[in-house]
Order: sequence, then C-alpha cells, then structure tokens
Amino acid sequence: MTAAARAELGMAAAAESAPGLLLEARGVTKRFGGLVAVNRVDFTIPERSIVSLIGPNGAGKTTFFNIIAGIYDPTSGEIDFRGRRMIARSHRTWREPFLWVLPAVLLGLVTAALSSAGAPFPVVLLMAVVATLVGIITLLAAVARPPSYQRLLVRLGIFRSARPNDMVEAGLGRTFQNIRLFQNMTALENVLVGMHCRLRATWWDAMLSTPRDRAEERRAAARAEELLTLVGLHGRGGELAKNLPYGDQRRLEVARALGSDPALLLLDEPTAGMNPRETQEMMALIRKLRAELGLTVLLIEHDMRVVMGISDRVTVLDHGEKIAEGTPDEVRRDPKVIEAYLGTGGA
Amino acid sequence: MSASAAVRRGGMNRLDPGGVRHRIAKFSDAHRSTSIVVGMVLFSALIFVLALVPPFSTFLNHQSWLNTFASAGVLVLLALGLNVVVGLAGLLDLGYAAFFAFGAYTYAFAASPFSGNDFPFLPMLFVGAAVAAVFGVLLGAPTLRLRGDYLAIMTLGFGEIVPIVFLNAEPYTQGTNGIGGISRPEILPSWVPFIGGPFGALDNLKYFLLMIVILAVTMVLLYRLQDSRIGRAWTAIREDELAAAASGVNTVTTKLLAFAIGATTAGFAGVYSASKITIVSPNQFYFTVSFTVLAMVVLGGMGNIWGVAFGAFVIYIIQSVFLTYLNTFFQALPIPIISDINFVQYQFLLYGVALVLMMLLRPEGLFPSKRVQRVLHTPEDPSLVAATAGTVDLTAEQELEAERLAAERDLETREALEAAGDAAEEAQGPYEEGALGAPPGSDEETGGHPGELRR
Repeated sequence: MTAAARAELGMAAAAESAPGLLLEARGVTKRFGGLVAVNRVDFTIPERSIVSLIGPNGAGKTTFFNIIAGIYDPTSGEIDFRGRRMIARSHRTWREPFLWVLPAVLLGLVTAALSSAGAPFPVVLLMAVVATLVGIITLLAAVARPPSYQRLLVRLGIFRSARPNDMVEAGLGRTFQNIRLFQNMTALENVLVGMHCRLRATWWDAMLSTPRDRAEERRAAARAEELLTLVGLHGRGGELAKNLPYGDQRRLEVARALGSDPALLLLDEPTAGMNPRETQEMMALIRKLRAELGLTVLLIEHDMRVVMGISDRVTVLDHGEKIAEGTPDEVRRDPKVIEAYLGTGGA
Repeated sequence: MSASAAVRRGGMNRLDPGGVRHRIAKFSDAHRSTSIVVGMVLFSALIFVLALVPPFSTFLNHQSWLNTFASAGVLVLLALGLNVVVGLAGLLDLGYAAFFAFGAYTYAFAASPFSGNDFPFLPMLFVGAAVAAVFGVLLGAPTLRLRGDYLAIMTLGFGEIVPIVFLNAEPYTQGTNGIGGISRPEILPSWVPFIGGPFGALDNLKYFLLMIVILAVTMVLLYRLQDSRIGRAWTAIREDELAAAASGVNTVTTKLLAFAIGATTAGFAGVYSASKITIVSPNQFYFTVSFTVLAMVVLGGMGNIWGVAFGAFVIYIIQSVFLTYLNTFFQALPIPIISDINFVQYQFLLYGVALVLMMLLRPEGLFPSKRVQRVLHTPEDPSLVAATAGTVDLTAEQELEAERLAAERDLETREALEAAGDAAEEAQGPYEEGALGAPPGSDEETGGHPGELRR
C-alpha cells in the first residue's frame, strides 16, 4: 500500500470514527519473511458488542489477535484502542538511544570544561557525581519506561508500539488458544496475577508491609474470589491450576483476563475441545460478561453454532485478507465465505 | 478423629505433636515476620550452645565455631539473594559472585588505608548494597531478552568479566594482591557491654550477632516480598513469561527488580565479608563462588527461603568443618589409601555427587517450598485426563467432517505457512506454541538473536 493510499484511508477512517468504537484497526499487515499472514485488514469493534473473527485454518486469525494484543508489531497499519494510538510500526526509534546518553554526555562535557577552566575541586567532583547519577537514572528510565518517559518520547515524535502489558493496562484482556495458565500456581493466584497492573503496591510497600499494602492485598483477594465465582469456580481458588479439569482451566483463563478490569476481552477459541454442555456454559458466560460487566468481546471461534449464536458481527479472514463482514446471517450466505470454507467444488 | 478428640478432651494437649506443629504453622502463617525473628533467635541460640556440646566441641573451639557460623552467614545471605533470581523469578544466574564482588570492593574503597578513606561501616553497608543493585540492573538489562541456556551463558560471562576487571585494574585495586587492611565495623558505642565498641579480629561473637541481625532482617523482607504482588509476578514469569505479559505484568521491570534485589543481598554479603576478612582480592569472587551458592540454593530447595538458608548453612559447615575433620580423622587411621585422601580437595566432587543424587531422589531439594512439593508430588488425576479426552467423541460428527474438509482444503496453505513460519521464527522469535522470544513489542525487527529462538 502506498503512503498516499494509507493516508487517505486513515483520513477517511478518522472522519467516520464514531464515538462508539472501542478498537479501530486500519490497514493492518503482518509479514513473516515472504508470507503475508495478515494483509491490509480494516477492522472495528463497537463498544459492548460481541464480534467474531472466523476463517479456515491458517487464515491469520491468531496473528491478527496477537497484533491487537501487542505481541507482534504490525509490518504496517495502525490500531487505535479507546481513542489512543496504541499499535503501529514503531518510528524514529533511532532517536531514543540519544536520549539515554545525551544528558550524561552533556553534563560530562560541562564537568570537563569546568575542570579545565580551573574550577575548585568540590564543584568538579559534584558535577561528575551528578553526571554519573543522571546517566544511571536515564538508563534505568529507558529500561523501566515509566509514563513520564513515555510522554517525553511522544513529545520527541518517537513512537513505540505497545507491549502486551501496555495493552492490558489500557484495558485489554485476553485468553490463549492453547491454555496458558500459570500451571503451578493456585487458581486464586492466577487471578491475582491478572490483577497485577491494577494493584499499586511497590516493592518497598511490600517489604515494609505498609497498611496500604495489606489493605490492598485483602481487597485484591476478595475481588479475585468474586471473579472466580463469576466464572463458576466458586471455592476452587486453592487448587493448582494444572489440577483443574479442562473446562475449568478455560474458565480460569477468562477470570485471569478479567482481573485487569478490561474493556475489551479477546477470547481465542474459548470453546475448543469442550463438550456441548461446557460450550453452552461458556456461551452463557460470555453473554453474562457483556450484560454484567459491560464488556466488549472479540472471539476467534471454529464452532459455528457458537459464532452464529452469540455474535453481533462476524468478520471472515482467508489467506490473511478480510473476505466478508457483517451480521451472522449475512456472512452465512456470503458466497465468498462458502467458497473459503468448502471450496468451489464442494457443497 | 483422634486428633480432634484429643484436642477436645485435653484442651491444650502439648504432647500431641500434630497439634503443636499445626498451631505453630498457623501462627507462623499469621505472623510471619515475628516467627522469622523468633526462629532466627532460637536458631542462633541453639548453634551457640551446640558448639559447646561434645561431638561438635571436639571439632573446633567455641570461638572458631562462632567464626565459622559468621562466615556461613555470608553464604546463607548469598543463597537467599540468589534464591530470588533463580528460585522465584526462574532466571538462571551463573555469575552471581559478581555482585558479591561489587559489595566487597565498594567497602574496600570506602574504608581501607589503600584508598585513604575511612567511612563508617553501617552507612557503607547500604551504599555497597546500592552499588551492587545498580550493577545488578545494568548487567541484568542486556539479558532480559534471553531465556534459559542463553541467559545462563551471558550471566556466566559477566560473572567472569567482573573479577578479571578487578584483577587488571591494578592501579585502583592492587590486582592479585587485593586491597588489605580494611576497617572493621563499629556499630554500638563502647559503653555497651559485650557487643559495644569497635570489632576486633577476635570478636567472633560480635560478628556472629551482626550476621544474625542482617539475616533476620533480610529474611523478613524477602518473605514479605515473596508473598506480595511482586513475588506473584516473579512466579508468573517463571511459569510462563508470555502469559505473564499478557496478564499485565511488566516483565522487563519485574525481572530487573529480581536482579536488583538479588544483587542487593549479595552487596550486603560483600560488605560484611570484606569487613570481616579485611582483605578483598579477585580470587574470592570467581565462578566457584557462584557455583557453590547455586548448589546451595538447589540443594536447600529452590523458592523456599528457610530451606535455602538452612541448606546453605549446612553445606558450608560440612565443607569448612567436617571435611577438614574427616581429613584429620582418616589420617590418624592406618588404612593405606583412604588416609591419603584430602577430602577438602574433593569438595566439588562431593557437590557434584550430592547434586546428582538430589536430582534423582529428591528434586525439590532438602526443604522444598510447599508449592514445589505439591507440584512434584501431586499425581495427575486420571479422571481429569479422561474427561478431557472424552470431549473429542462428544463433538458433533458433522462438525468434525466440516473441520476435516476445511483442513484438507487448507493443507497446501498450511504447508506453506509452516515453511514460512520457520523463516518467521528466525526473524521474530516464535510467540505462540510454547517457545518464547524477546519481550513483546521490543520491535527488534532485525531480530535473529540466537537466544530468542528456542527455550
């Protein structure tokens, strides 16, 4: 896609950007070597909707998912989440290393100048110490990237695509296609890890066991219990995640994702490998999440009954390209979709 | 039934070991810091007395025992710190002695005739720890993108570089000779009986008590950290780094914090050790130290603070006292070959054998944490496995058929994908399907670092 075309597309999308859009992806492309896994996909998720992403195996669904979750950087295209540009190809990052060394180098030069100008020793020593400290602090900031540092980057026109934890902080929760719980932690601890970025205790809070820290831990544990109850794991908090039955593990993954109070929940094949009853329960749970928590849900799903039964909108990917989009009924009747799934000769 | 009946009948039946143990466990869970302090006081009183009891009093005299205990404390402290990095956060660090060196050299620069400074001990204890922490972060930062073997090799490299730098920076460190004549600490004013005044070369009791205090404080702080949000994040990263990131854990800062906390503890150990031995030289900080401490952590029980501490203590006592004693014992015997063996020389052979046996017989270590014990000794519930397998039959047949058709239709595509996927993994590092690469979003598009490819 040419730069002009992309700009045009971006402008058009910005013009019609309705206030009710939670996530807006424009021209998202991901190349792995020679393979184009996702090709110029435009995609929007309205608030409080349940949107499904379907397609044959290898259509690029999970890759697209991972781009939204901040795991892959897109090759081109950009994604706005809650009105903020979160994901795009990083640019002008070459400026960043200068940011790390320039303050210390400048201070070092000043120190050297003072020294050669015959300034008294304590002054030179003080400057040298300050330069060293500034160097260490900027390096630490570069590694830890606190919000103030990120604001500075924006001001300098440096853009870095969001990391997964940035996306979680912004309000995105996700589950994995092949369950990735913390197997050797208890169910409750799994949910508490999910709440990590909403807890404020620092390492010194924890070490000093401040009242703030203890109160927060109590509140967190209570909230985690609530979430376990919500997904139907009441009283199972003490069990190791790996000892839970398969369906419960899937539900625990949802509870963990809910820990960060997300606005958008990404579910990657939430009913894979479930029996019909568990599938029904999972569908009921997804509906309940929208009704009770006001969540927006993006689903990848192979089970057509789930997709057709629950979705407000369905987007179909094939070979990395969007081939259809619309309500479940529209998509079901779309000839391109039928072809993608069953082939031209099939029926 | 019998336990509860006994409690009901006897009220406080102190002879019932289960009951007392249970109550101690309950108390220690509720008042962890208090119980650690009480435990440390009891333990130190116990070994203090132990050194007077016959079999032990024959090995060394009382003063030498106290001296040995104080030296053992240095290794216990190191093991506690390494336990944070290896046991909790799961980052295999083979160059841990480097941070020990930073602590020791900091104090050597701060209080020795060679440097001409003589700063007091207590503030320098924290300065040394802070210096070690900064280097912990600086040396930890480049390793953040690596995992497993690659991380271990890189930390090994740093661990080798640091003492060699101290060795070669001769104008500042006196090279092999090291910096000698380091000041001994003075904590309390001289009018305090027994423990006041400057520490002398023979004041083993003062050194011993100082170590006990440092250890107790460190253990309390580490326990609190382990049970906090930070400790959970470390465990989560050890379990599954990508899932941790996708749950909102900032893996970069969390891992760096683990390195920093581990290095801080090593810094304390370094300053204390320098003030006790009064000389620092590079040969105190080579790989053998890192390896010994790692062996202590593994043997003691990774992830369990008390276990690691006790494991390190026992191993140090064995290597420094009992092996020497074995030498003298067997040399006195008229057995031809055995009496010629120098057991101290075979120390690392014994470590190796102990580690092999441990991994075979008791992989969780001597004193495992509850979690690890549960993990290693909970059998997989066969009914769960069956239930999972059963779902395949329950899926509607026509869906399977549709899936099969789709799969056939896409076979070509998938083959192409797999071929391309391999190339992609080299470029990007695989994120799904188990193998993990660089911290996400770290847009190193040029990628291709060997450490990112496979676990």
